Amino acid sequence: MNWYGIAAIYKFEMARTWRTLMQSIASPVLSTSLYFIVFGAAIGSRMGDIDGVSYGAFIIPGLIMLALLSESISNASFGIFFPKFSGTIYEVLSAPVSAFEVVAGYVGAAASKSIILGLLILLTARFFVDYEIVHPFWMIVFLVLTAVTFSLFGFIIGIWADDFQKLQIIPLMIITPLTFLGGAFYSISMLPEIWQKITLFNPVVYLISSFRWAFYGVADVNLGLSVGMILLFLLLCLTTIWWIFRTGYRIKT
Amino acid sequence: MKPIISIQGLGKTYAGGFTALNNVDLEIQRGEIFALLGPNGAGKTTLISIVCGIVNASQGSIRVNGFDIQSDYRKARNEIGLVPQEISTDAFETVWAAVKFSRGLFGKSPNPAYLEKILRQLSLWEKKDNKIITLSGGMKRRLMIAKALSHAPNVLFLDEPTAGVDVELRQDMWEMVRGLKDSGVTIILTTHYIEEAEEMADRVGVINHGELVLVEEKKTLMQKMGEKELSLNLPEPLQRIPDALADLPLSLSGDGSQLVYRFDVKSEDTGIAEFLRRLNAASIDFRDLHTRESSLEEIFVNLVHGARREREEQLSKETQE
Ligand SMILES: Nc1ncnc2c1ncn2[C@@H]1O[C@H](COP(=O)(O)OP(=O)(O)O)[C@@H](O)[C@H]1O
Ligand SMILES: [Mg+2]
Repeated sequence: MNWYGIAAIYKFEMARTWRTLMQSIASPVLSTSLYFIVFGAAIGSRMGDIDGVSYGAFIIPGLIMLALLSESISNASFGIFFPKFSGTIYEVLSAPVSAFEVVAGYVGAAASKSIILGLLILLTARFFVDYEIVHPFWMIVFLVLTAVTFSLFGFIIGIWADDFQKLQIIPLMIITPLTFLGGAFYSISMLPEIWQKITLFNPVVYLISSFRWAFYGVADVNLGLSVGMILLFLLLCLTTIWWIFRTGYRIKT
Repeated sequence: MKPIISIQGLGKTYAGGFTALNNVDLEIQRGEIFALLGPNGAGKTTLISIVCGIVNASQGSIRVNGFDIQSDYRKARNEIGLVPQEISTDAFETVWAAVKFSRGLFGKSPNPAYLEKILRQLSLWEKKDNKIITLSGGMKRRLMIAKALSHAPNVLFLDEPTAGVDVELRQDMWEMVRGLKDSGVTIILTTHYIEEAEEMADRVGVINHGELVLVEEKKTLMQKMGEKELSLNLPEPLQRIPDALADLPLSLSGDGSQLVYRFDVKSEDTGIAEFLRRLNAASIDFRDLHTRESSLEEIFVNLVHGARREREEQLSKETQE
């Protein structure tokens, strides 16, 4: 195992975060704070409790997931897309690092960033609303699992994309709508019956539901099913990456 | 001694169907400077990229210091440092972070003293805390070399190290390459300048249209390449070459208005003085004269033809036996 190699990639990527602190950390924290002000404090005060939780507190897990998903994807996809774009990837390709080590470095860094971000948002939320975390251990497990899974997904997008537009299109056109419709701002049970069924095809529903369960002990969908879905998606991403490196898809000519 | 790099039957066909390398066999000796000489598009970068693991080969096998580049890629790649043709760096990193990254990537423990030595050798030490974006083109190129050397490789690939580099820097580069050779590093450089191959290399491989046309000691090759032409424009066209000059390497243009003398620039006596004296004696006047070196393109054509002829002769000899 080339530990120094993994560390080199990881540190390099983290250094990029600190260098672009405003963009990588501060701006997602700021925009999430705006959500709290608008939905939590302003509108939330007129809303009733959902499942015994005040509306401001109810939206916290969803908001964290929202940031976690989009940041994991954009961090990881940019992290691998940029060296491809600028040509510096030659060095990684010519180095004695295995596919696993490359992924560990890039995805590890992207996931770390979004975990830090998630925790920062959690802290920020404290300034606006009171909340409790019923299952803190599971909260962390879901946080890490989601960050890693979607960083892997972002890595795949970064490899697949051959221009900046493709890099943006999936997060923008697919992930953002799925997250907004995934129950970040409402409980699934508030939807008309037919939409309750349709919404089960949205994978983000499972993420938000299980994450909210970790906070408040109530879930929209069965917890086992949620965990199963997350693991399934993780497995899917891992297989795709394994295939990418085996075939050299879009990285080697 | 075992060669440090051994390439067998290497072929590369790109996804579009273009064959960039065709059945290349090549052995690089330990400690030599090997120049891969060829015109643009010959396949030099492709060859290097395959050895370094950036491009997948279509056929053939490669060993670096005995390690297969596929099955033993870690050990094979540990041997190699690569300075690619295109300069590509992370603009916002510092010089120091960049070399540290490279060393780590190759699995080596941190060694600031060694990295400092390399940066000093390449006159980059003063710039170590500067962002790469602030460096000049020449400095960036030296940084690429520093990165390639950061893990102390035994083999260094330099892909067109002096393309677009000014004369002074070129001299520095050559000096540095000689220094590396003295420290025991094997160097493979590609170039399309004959002078560069001439200046630097112990051996030269000529590549054209994806085929390795020949591999030869530099001295031998330079003799073959050192041909020049002296052309005389004649005021009165000649019907044929006069008998008095028949023993000289002369040719006459179609309309008889131009007399061409071929000579070897490298030889002690080019015979030009003698030729002009005899011309005078034969009362042949000329209006003006100019000399011309065979262009690289011509040399390649000659070499390719020469090599083919030799091969054909070899074949016909074999079939006669
Ligand atoms: N990724 C690629 N896809 C298709 N053709 C390529 C690719 N890279 C190089 N080639 C072609 O292969 C040939 C050899 O290229 P290259 O190895 O870069 O030559 P050189 O380095 O000798 O100038 C050229 O004709 C080039 O157009
Ligand atoms: Mg080239």
